[in-house]
Amino acid sequence: MSDTEKTPIVEVRGVSKRFPGVIALNHVDFAVYPGEVVALIGENGAGKSTLMKILGGLHRADEGEIRIDGKTVEIRNVADSLHLGISLIHQELNNLDNLDVGGNIFLGREPLTGGFLRLVDRGKIAKDSRAYLKKVGLELSPTTPLSALSIAQQQLVEIAKALSVNARVIIMDEPTSCLTLTETNRLLKLIQELKASGVSVVYISHRLMEVQACADRVVGLRDGRNSGILQRSEISHDSMVRLMVGRNLDLKKSVTRSGDPDDRIEIRNFVSPFFPSHQISFDMRRGEILGLAGLVGAGRSELAMTVFGIVKPLGGEISVNSHRIHIRSPKDAIQNGIYLVPEDRRKTGLITSMTVRENVTLPDLWTYATCGLISYQKELSSAETQRKKLSIKTASTNTLAKNLSGGNQQKVVLAKWLSLQPKLIIFDEPTRGVDVGSKAEIYKLMRGLADAGVFILMISSDMEEVLGVSDRIAVMREGMLTGILEAAEFSEEKVMKLAVAPVKTALEVAS
Amino acid sequence: MRRSKEIGMVAIFLGLFFGYALLELIQRGPADTFANPVFLGQANLLNLTRSIGLFGIFSVAMGVVIITGGIDLSIGSQFSLLGVILAYLLGNYNWPWPLAVLAVLLLCMLLGWFHGLLITRANLQPFVVTLCGLLGYRGLARFISHDQTVGFSGDTTFELLRTLATGSIFNVPAPFIVFVFVCIIMALVLHGSVYGRYLFAIGRNEEAAVYSGINTKLVITSAYMLCGFLTGVSAILLGFYTNSISPASHGSFFELYAVAACVLGGCSLRGGEGSVLGIFIGTAMIQLLRNIVNLQGIDSSLEFVVMGGVILIAVVFDQVLAARRRARESRLDIKAAPAEATAKVGAG
Repeated sequence: MSDTEKTPIVEVRGVSKRFPGVIALNHVDFAVYPGEVVALIGENGAGKSTLMKILGGLHRADEGEIRIDGKTVEIRNVADSLHLGISLIHQELNNLDNLDVGGNIFLGREPLTGGFLRLVDRGKIAKDSRAYLKKVGLELSPTTPLSALSIAQQQLVEIAKALSVNARVIIMDEPTSCLTLTETNRLLKLIQELKASGVSVVYISHRLMEVQACADRVVGLRDGRNSGILQRSEISHDSMVRLMVGRNLDLKKSVTRSGDPDDRIEIRNFVSPFFPSHQISFDMRRGEILGLAGLVGAGRSELAMTVFGIVKPLGGEISVNSHRIHIRSPKDAIQNGIYLVPEDRRKTGLITSMTVRENVTLPDLWTYATCGLISYQKELSSAETQRKKLSIKTASTNTLAKNLSGGNQQKVVLAKWLSLQPKLIIFDEPTRGVDVGSKAEIYKLMRGLADAGVFILMISSDMEEVLGVSDRIAVMREGMLTGILEAAEFSEEKVMKLAVAPVKTALEVAS
Repeated sequence: MRRSKEIGMVAIFLGLFFGYALLELIQRGPADTFANPVFLGQANLLNLTRSIGLFGIFSVAMGVVIITGGIDLSIGSQFSLLGVILAYLLGNYNWPWPLAVLAVLLLCMLLGWFHGLLITRANLQPFVVTLCGLLGYRGLARFISHDQTVGFSGDTTFELLRTLATGSIFNVPAPFIVFVFVCIIMALVLHGSVYGRYLFAIGRNEEAAVYSGINTKLVITSAYMLCGFLTGVSAILLGFYTNSISPASHGSFFELYAVAACVLGGCSLRGGEGSVLGIFIGTAMIQLLRNIVNLQGIDSSLEFVVMGGVILIAVVFDQVLAARRRARESRLDIKAAPAEATAKVGAG
């Protein structure tokens, strides 16, 4: 698609950006041509977001120039950027969920009526919003409150907003990190439509399968420098990984399965209060990683929460090696060696305003105490042990957890449980928002735990991950368990068939 | 880093303390001041430390629930209710004092348990629950006493209690000694114990605390009971200090002195922040201000204006400092991003 004879819409030449003590961008070049989808890939901290924030008017470059349609411009703030036709959709959505959909699309540019009264013209908002919503394939009323929308729908509202300001380049920073596969596919399709209508898209993602599906060109960044460009024909999983980390990612399995068929955790007729009409039964075998796939809202996290005792089950039983265990609270679960690495680590996995040490020791604090008083030395040495074992990158264990990168935060959550004796660890979306390098480490950790005899249940919406890491895959839909796939039967189609309702069989991967 | 706030507070307290001493020296001249000091005179210092002790104990009580992200607005009204009940038990029913004290302490822990239950089981907001307490308990106190002032008779059997409130040991007012004792115990509980860590964890992120296996409902309820217990101790001391209890006004607004001391001392009303040392200094600061307003002969109706103003300045100042600290930390974050290379300079 990239035609070198065309003038790029946006061209960045030799841009550098320094923050105290670190060079975030070091003479980076980047270009977006009309009507192309260019993917920007790189590990966390590679400088992707900094570069996009410079284009979006949130940062200013120290060096280098930015050209729009061949003319040098200065982007001093967000308004400049919007005026030049660049629209940045942030990783964390910035919608105001107390407003309705139309209100969000026209936020800050509300059409007025009523003369000097300067009232907001709701009628016009509704009428105009509807057109933009239709373009992005959202069939809902502009007066729907945003809080009623799913993350995917909110994302589409953001894109509608970008279209409404006549954006020529839409930058999407990790747009699919919270989306299910169907939603992702819909987004990828929409990106193709945007492209066809002449809008260029800059796509930032860690999910290489998506990049492969949608990108015309891939630009790699590593440690703030250009690490290479791949044309459409050169794009492959391995070539992209090389651009990002300079080495190939190894997802080899080393299954050392227990020969004993009785060595298992059985979940029988289990009913979570979220889906009171469905019973779930399945087994986990020692030494395997059981993947739990399904769409968002399929009840996977709810199942995990119920097993972990956050909510009380309505019925059913759990037994480990034929011994029935009773879980009424997370405390019970923890005492039985059942741990959860939750989906939202900032909200439920960690207390981000506490130190790494305080987080790591929180679940078993009593073991570091005599007469109820905590021994700082014991606590510290335990935290240090875990830090070394999991190679958590932090200045010290007394650093606040919020100052760590996503991958390292995830390791801290894991460290909370590893100093105890785990029997079963449930990982809920373990690599969401984690860069490729840390991802590989987390996979290795999970595999190591499985090999050491810990039961592993991994909930994941990342198809690549589900297929690549699991030894068996259980699939859920609308609170039901719809099937379990053995390794020999693994395929994306089979998983999806079980994950979506039978009526929607025709699922195509956008390409 | 977190200690710097308290060091700053101590500096401001000392500045205010010696600054006022100097002011008196200038106002009255050295000869007069040295011969007959007012501010640094024994009577005033005793008075000041006594009031720090009396107000400090329930400020620490307030701090415990504020750290969990809650509040107890009913403290002042509890003083009235508990004071009336204590006076009745000792005066009208002639209970032996240890039994009466035990009854009062049990009652206020029961009230705390009740608050905790409503907050954790019925999911009511602490502000609302204890606001109802603020209204209810005072009303109850007035009803029980028929809105008559009650007092403690001259009976000498409970002389020990009276001494605890009004007496001194080696020239140090007894309530201040009790307060220091409470502070030492509570500092161990809050900053050294598993229970204290749980309180802070819950105040910072209750959901994550649940996911770490902490029985948050139990911990929060017990925090209100602990708050109730210390409130009870304060109620007994305050009752004997004033010696007569007018149920309509006894302890009125005292919960706000406690909130003010906590906020000045570095507690965040969002929970998860605060220290016993901070609350100690916060209380001392407020009592010093009251003392100064008093000595300067400023109209006592202006007392609250001065205090409100000082607290506002302190909080605004703290916000400015916090914003600067955040800015510095975020710069460090960017620096620490390629963690491998720059781990050493991380969060220094």
